[in-house]
Amino acid sequence: MRIYHFSEEPYADAWSPERASLRVTIPNELCEPERAHELYNRYIDEWVLADELGFDIMLNEHHATATCMTASANLVLAILARVTKRARLLVLGVPVCNRPDPVRIAEEMAMIDVISGGRLEFGMVKGVPYEIGPANSYPIRMMDRFWEAHDLIVKAMTTRDGPFNFEGEFFHHRTVNIWPRPYQQPHPPIWSSTSTPANAKELGARGYVMGTFMGGIEDTKKLQKAYVEGYREAGLGHDVPVDRFGYLAMAAVARDGDEARRRADILADYLRTNSQVADPFNRPPGYFSVDAAFRALRSPDPKAFRILYTPKGRPVELARASLDDFIECGITFAGTPDEVHNQICHFVDSVGGLGNLLLMLQGGVLDHTETVDSMTLFAKEVMPRLKARYATDLKFAA
Amino acid sequence: MSVATQGGLSVVDVNGTEIELMEAGKGPCIVYLGSCHWIADDTNFQTALEQHAHVITPRFPGIGAAKDKNNLNSVDDLAYLYLDLIEKRGLSDVTLVGASFGGWVAAEMAVRRSPALKKLVLINPLGIKLSERTTRDITDFFGTPDADLRRRAFMNPDAAGPQLRDLEDGALRARLQARETLTRFGWSPYMHHPRLKQRLARIQLPTLVLGGAQDEITSPGYARSYASLVPGARFDEINNARHFAHIEQASAVAERVTAFAR
Repeated sequence: MRIYHFSEEPYADAWSPERASLRVTIPNELCEPERAHELYNRYIDEWVLADELGFDIMLNEHHATATCMTASANLVLAILARVTKRARLLVLGVPVCNRPDPVRIAEEMAMIDVISGGRLEFGMVKGVPYEIGPANSYPIRMMDRFWEAHDLIVKAMTTRDGPFNFEGEFFHHRTVNIWPRPYQQPHPPIWSSTSTPANAKELGARGYVMGTFMGGIEDTKKLQKAYVEGYREAGLGHDVPVDRFGYLAMAAVARDGDEARRRADILADYLRTNSQVADPFNRPPGYFSVDAAFRALRSPDPKAFRILYTPKGRPVELARASLDDFIECGITFAGTPDEVHNQICHFVDSVGGLGNLLLMLQGGVLDHTETVDSMTLFAKEVMPRLKARYATDLKFAA
Repeated sequence: MSVATQGGLSVVDVNGTEIELMEAGKGPCIVYLGSCHWIADDTNFQTALEQHAHVITPRFPGIGAAKDKNNLNSVDDLAYLYLDLIEKRGLSDVTLVGASFGGWVAAEMAVRRSPALKKLVLINPLGIKLSERTTRDITDFFGTPDADLRRRAFMNPDAAGPQLRDLEDGALRARLQARETLTRFGWSPYMHHPRLKQRLARIQLPTLVLGGAQDEITSPGYARSYASLVPGARFDEINNARHFAHIEQASAVAERVTAFAR
């Protein structure tokens, strides 16, 4: 099992749950550049520590928000490619539908792969709904655009006798011929994330690594099942290696269980406030189909952004969930090293296998000392047991 | 072009793009392109036109059960779509009427010219950029809460009818389709074509532009400026009206339009 440390580099000083919108419309006068400078360097220090402690590293990016200062994951990856030594560097992901130029993505990813000596794990994502506005990207037929961008990026990374020409429906390039080519051949491992069975099946059919985010045991099982279906139907084999699956959860560890739960509650505020987005930007037409918009308007609470079910079938509304709810669902792992180990084993065994555990060990106002303590304890007392129990070449038990 | 009729509504195939189409009334021939907005339905205006004229109302791609194999995505596409429709149906002496978004499409058709077109009426049309680059001429439909849009588009917001949540299922679905269609054709550049302002000079039709005197969807004087860019166009203000004057004052606006069409 690979275990990744993840932080969104929050600017938590401006992150107040009372604020109606934490994204899109939150003015950047609330961001003091000196404070941002300190925070960026602090988070980079934490990733360097992650590298030393045996974690792999995960980044993503968001825009126009205090919840995440990583406005370009590529820039931070470029730094980490140089200052870390061994960790895999996962971006999950580059929002390819919000980028006008797929070839530029291929170039930057290849550079990072080469600088890091082949440590890049390359995730491509569609982009989140509320960043359609900030990116001013076209919200119609996004998945068609996603797959065309994907095709162009992979072709750019794998073509050795270029230049080649590309005249697609969405993207046009005259002479594609990227320098350097990627370090890993033919290209770095490709990931994507999804929350729908239809996309999960598509990822399975391509054999890519599927990341699922904070969906708990039940949601994850559903998506993994769809992936396995796609994988088998595409003739990639009967048994899916567990390294095709990644799952993102929040985690906090401390010697004292109560202290760990206090830290985890800080992290949980991230998920509780995730839906606080200025109203018209929350569900762009097109990104949300007519059917999805219809269902949302007909639901008892149209503002509810996500409802999950516990393994016992109890509905949990993420914006109002307690820490115990999150732990019960398998969205948060929190407690002493023994407790966290047991919670993670319960999750992994319940879903049938997992090769990549993505852990948000830093979030919100969780400070440097607390983050370092949590990471260090996890690395010393939980990680070795998980790595011993879950070999990387296991097959998924469907 | 194939036509399938069902309950007064036809589904018409124009070169691979299906659209729904309604046809009713007697008198001068009007082709009406509607406002296609999710906050208010403009069927009452269409009905008012049908009292005085032979009105053909083609809907936009993506509305109703019509399928579009061509994935049209620009107002250029729409201009050619409806010019093809008019030609294939053998229409002549057409008064082309467009309101709001439909006004933009009608203007784009007129600059492309067609012998079938006789007159042009634009009611609070969208489609041109007038102000400097950091000032919007058209309120961002996609970045403004519905309640604000209703206030900006109607003198009495209740004239917009029920809120989305209170609509019955079929009507709600139609509104959500209208929202997706507006997104599809007007997302960026937002509700205008950068070249249309110059191209309006190509229009050779007798043209009437109607503008709501208190329109708060477009910038002050927008409709009047629009008219000044069309050679010989007449501009009439509609008093006590905002952007959706054709819905809020359906009969009065329909009478002015049909008087011009005759």
